[in-house]
Amino acid sequence: MHASGLNPVSRDQPSPPLWLLAELTYRCPLQCPYCSNPVDFARSSEELSTAQWIDVFKQARALGAAQLGFSGGEPLVRQDLTELVQAACDLGFYTNLITSGVGLTKMRVAELSEAGLDHIQISFQAADETVNNMLAGSRKAFAQKLAMARAVKAHGYPMVLNFVTHRHNIDQIDHIIELCIELDADFVELATCQFYGWAKLNRAALLPTREQLTRAEAVTQHWRQKLAAQNHPCKLIFVTPDYYEERPKACMNGWGSLFLDITPDGTALPCHSARQLPIDFPNVKTHSLQYIWQESFGFNKYRGFAWMPEPCRSCAEKEQDFGGCRCQAYMLTGNADNADPVCSKSKHHEVILAARETAQQAPLGLDNMVFRNEKMSNIIIKG
Amino acid sequence: MSVIDLEDCPRLRRGYRFQWEPAQGCHVLLYPEGMVQLNDSAAHILKLVDGNHSIGQIIAQLQVQFPSAADLSDDVLIFMETAYARFWLESC
Repeated sequence: MHASGLNPVSRDQPSPPLWLLAELTYRCPLQCPYCSNPVDFARSSEELSTAQWIDVFKQARALGAAQLGFSGGEPLVRQDLTELVQAACDLGFYTNLITSGVGLTKMRVAELSEAGLDHIQISFQAADETVNNMLAGSRKAFAQKLAMARAVKAHGYPMVLNFVTHRHNIDQIDHIIELCIELDADFVELATCQFYGWAKLNRAALLPTREQLTRAEAVTQHWRQKLAAQNHPCKLIFVTPDYYEERPKACMNGWGSLFLDITPDGTALPCHSARQLPIDFPNVKTHSLQYIWQESFGFNKYRGFAWMPEPCRSCAEKEQDFGGCRCQAYMLTGNADNADPVCSKSKHHEVILAARETAQQAPLGLDNMVFRNEKMSNIIIKG
Repeated sequence: MSVIDLEDCPRLRRGYRFQWEPAQGCHVLLYPEGMVQLNDSAAHILKLVDGNHSIGQIIAQLQVQFPSAADLSDDVLIFMETAYARFWLESC
């Protein structure tokens, strides 16, 4: 089927795309310097229409998708969000709104609830108003987030609070957890920054030291014990940065195994970051989701194990971690086929060691960061 | 939750949804950004969890549904213990 013959499509059908992420727009009122959107997002301002999105939902549901995340950019800037939520709920999806909370109002919380929205995740930049607003690039962001977190709970939604942690806020993790408990979060994601998109540009200012990380994990563990002793339902999820691991993460649980991302212009990706890879990914405007998921070159490129070079090919752990993350391999070694350099077996592992060393010796400050906005994206595009 | 009270009336925690998924060929429990695939016995139990029936009544009803099965109390109690411990269920 493909002239290169590199990755013959398996005759067995792949497992269903259980998780559909709908990145409705790249527009966002905030400017977080660790945003996972592509740095050249300004290249494409086109967005799928309401009808096109609903058609995507129908096709994904038919393929077996059960979880649907509305994300972006900031999904609330889409005026048709309630209509999209309603359509997704009618199809039987479990619907998640992943938002900064900016643009949310009590009325909109009620309207989305009426439409059937199952859950709202609000992201914070810090537990401290000054740092939060500085990172978000907005003076009003923190107060708005607090008000909306309270409104979300008042409406009876389950709530996930998400904090991206990095060297400038991770030492306040105790305060962060305390705030989350006070806001009555059901789940708290303490996600140490992963270095894709804008975060990769700002890595030297964001990567915490190993000492910071160890302390943060210990504080989190202490809180878990405290919550367990109270039979408190709040669950703390701590995501470690893979830069301090010796083996890579099982990225997306394997390429094209359960996660399907549709970007604002309809390009389908096997993960949020894959757009940067030198692969021509299919678009929902020209192909059915069934073709995209089961047949397309892009979604089959790294399925299975036949594509692997050494050291992954003969590695006993390849079925656990699938060789790690293709995007990280591409960004840090120049070839997406390589082992993720996080792995100590990778011949490129020294790039990770160098990043750790920089975090220890010569980190950059908050004021050295590139903020995520359209102007900066256009500068990056022009090179 | 170590001791399960038979008088207790469980219901699904807010934000948790139980449904049949044809593509997966099983019942699942959906919750914020997550999903658990359930085996048949867990599904039979959860079908009866509606906030109006006590655990004792659920056991009795299952015993009627499966007359040839031995005493189902232990199975139900073990499931309830797990489900409460994971905060899938709450008492009414």
